[in-house]
Amino acid sequence: MDTDLLRIQDLSVRFFTYQGVVRALEGVWLSVRRGEILGLVGETGCGKSVLARSILRLIADPPGKISGGRILFKGRDLLALPMKEMRRIRGNDISMIFQEPMTSLNPVFTVGNQMEEVVRLHQKVSRKAARRICVEMLTQVRMPDAEAVLRKYPHELSGGMRQRVMIALELSCRPDLLIADEPTTALDVTVQAQVLHILSDLTRARETSVLFITHDLGVVAHLCDRVAVMYAGKIVETAPVEALFQSPRHPYTRGLLAAVPSLDEDREFLASIPGVVPGLIDPPGGCRFHPRCDGAGEPCRRMEPAGVEVGEDHWVFCHGIR
Amino acid sequence: MSDGVVIRAVGLKKYFSAGSGLWGRRKVFVKAVDGVSFEGRQGETLGLVGESGCGKSTVGMLLSGLHRPEAGRVFYRGQDIMKLDGRERRRMRRNIQVVFQDPQSSLDPRMLIKKAVGFPLEVNRLARGAEVTRRVEAMLAEVGLRPEHMYRYPHEFSGGQRQRINIARALITGPQFVVLDEPTSALDVSVQAQILNLIKDLQRRRGYSYLFISHDLSVIRHVSHRVAVMYLGRIVESAPRRQLFSAPRHPYTRALMAAVPTPDPTRRRPLALLPGDVPSPVHIPPGCRFHPRCSEALDVCRHVEPTEVPVGSDHWVACHLWGGGA
Repeated sequence: MDTDLLRIQDLSVRFFTYQGVVRALEGVWLSVRRGEILGLVGETGCGKSVLARSILRLIADPPGKISGGRILFKGRDLLALPMKEMRRIRGNDISMIFQEPMTSLNPVFTVGNQMEEVVRLHQKVSRKAARRICVEMLTQVRMPDAEAVLRKYPHELSGGMRQRVMIALELSCRPDLLIADEPTTALDVTVQAQVLHILSDLTRARETSVLFITHDLGVVAHLCDRVAVMYAGKIVETAPVEALFQSPRHPYTRGLLAAVPSLDEDREFLASIPGVVPGLIDPPGGCRFHPRCDGAGEPCRRMEPAGVEVGEDHWVFCHGIR
Repeated sequence: MSDGVVIRAVGLKKYFSAGSGLWGRRKVFVKAVDGVSFEGRQGETLGLVGESGCGKSTVGMLLSGLHRPEAGRVFYRGQDIMKLDGRERRRMRRNIQVVFQDPQSSLDPRMLIKKAVGFPLEVNRLARGAEVTRRVEAMLAEVGLRPEHMYRYPHEFSGGQRQRINIARALITGPQFVVLDEPTSALDVSVQAQILNLIKDLQRRRGYSYLFISHDLSVIRHVSHRVAVMYLGRIVESAPRRQLFSAPRHPYTRALMAAVPTPDPTRRRPLALLPGDVPSPVHIPPGCRFHPRCSEALDVCRHVEPTEVPVGSDHWVACHLWGGGA
């Protein structure tokens, strides 16, 4: 069997705005393997959420447009599927958790109401059976007093509880791939710890693949098997998690790791990456990182770097590597 | 005052009214800050850390005079600032300034940077005309911006640059004490590092005293000399930075530290799982506020609120396990 559940090939996404064409993704290659948790890290505006939404074809068109590439899920190109087919895949085969759980739940219906609807939409069961499934689902995400939670409205739940409801809901149809877009960013650390624990427990037990999008390197180190680092609409490095943290090769990855303040050691000053993230309407030519890179040379300004395998399963896109 | 204390807060309380029930029969209060005392020392950073809703930002507002406390006192170099009249209080305000979290909403989009940064000078009648321009230019240089930036509008800057502008505006009146309320929370890590470095560098060169408010323990560890941990409107533990991070005493502090994922996959450990959520500050649990989530809670914790006791040099804990009931 193919080890890659999802294979993204040469994906480009553009947004046509009044200011110009935003090249949000440019020639992205990435695969998610069966049963792995793949971390996708990058700073604001690097295109990581656009990538996630493209997989489910949730890019608003207009202004957005998937302008090239293929997204192969179990060998089928999602971009070529008719909408009806795509709708069947959403939720059943691939589901997604967003950052802000409040906006993913409808405020005027009870939690039970919304969960039952989803369950009955995907599985042909009676209302009573659906209720039972909901209670089971909530118990699995360790929600105390599941029955009572079902009778509540979203605003009566805390952020952590809402996110657990979302996890329960998204995993209810046993998808093969779960896309989690910054699911713990809006939560406090102690609640984040609970949610991460539940998420990894459930997906590991069911061998669900996860594409986990975050800007928090601590969360990546804690949770993921493999990591892809994005910068300005491109993947710059992918590696197994140990290799990425122990021997990062791309200057951007190194800069990012050095910029994180540590809980275990004292450093007088943090390393910082000079300059700012470039706008994607007119991104720098050649390697998109070159204006902020210490080691940038002539080829970096002119040519896009190709991928180099520097270790087992460890790929870097940088002219400085040979 | 020669003990180096710039700011002393004693027993600060701030309650917000949160509705009054049907026909106003039942008054409900959010006890945002419920008896907080601390000292800010000359040239040092006091880190105030806690989860959302613990009242840390309200403490910053009380110090800077943006809220009036229900009870308690704030002393600036020994002088009770609550007792000052209007004019004196305004003069005092120059000495205590604030930088807010969101660099976007804290700048007027229609105001040139020169005007925004120079405004405090004009309001306080500290400078006029060309003198304002000169001082704004010097201040911008201090925070790493160029003179031509004076003639631009906020939207022309990135988040990190805007935060530099906010810092410049806060520092231009020459304050002694600066409240930094989550100044880097809205920024990406690479930019956060630049701003944290700037804040530390300014302190080293100019001797500012800071109250640095954050929910991020790693950031707090990086910038602070002393750290106070807040939970539901109270400080539960405070200590010099090294002491706190090497030997945390309060169960909440320990849980907080153990819940932070380390950016090192070789040292993966199970994250501490504190049960439940932070209770609402409207219904504060009786006894120790932390007891419903504490795995080591004793019977006394359910009934008696612990007081702060010393457990080491300059290290204070409010917990019955450490004798806080005596």
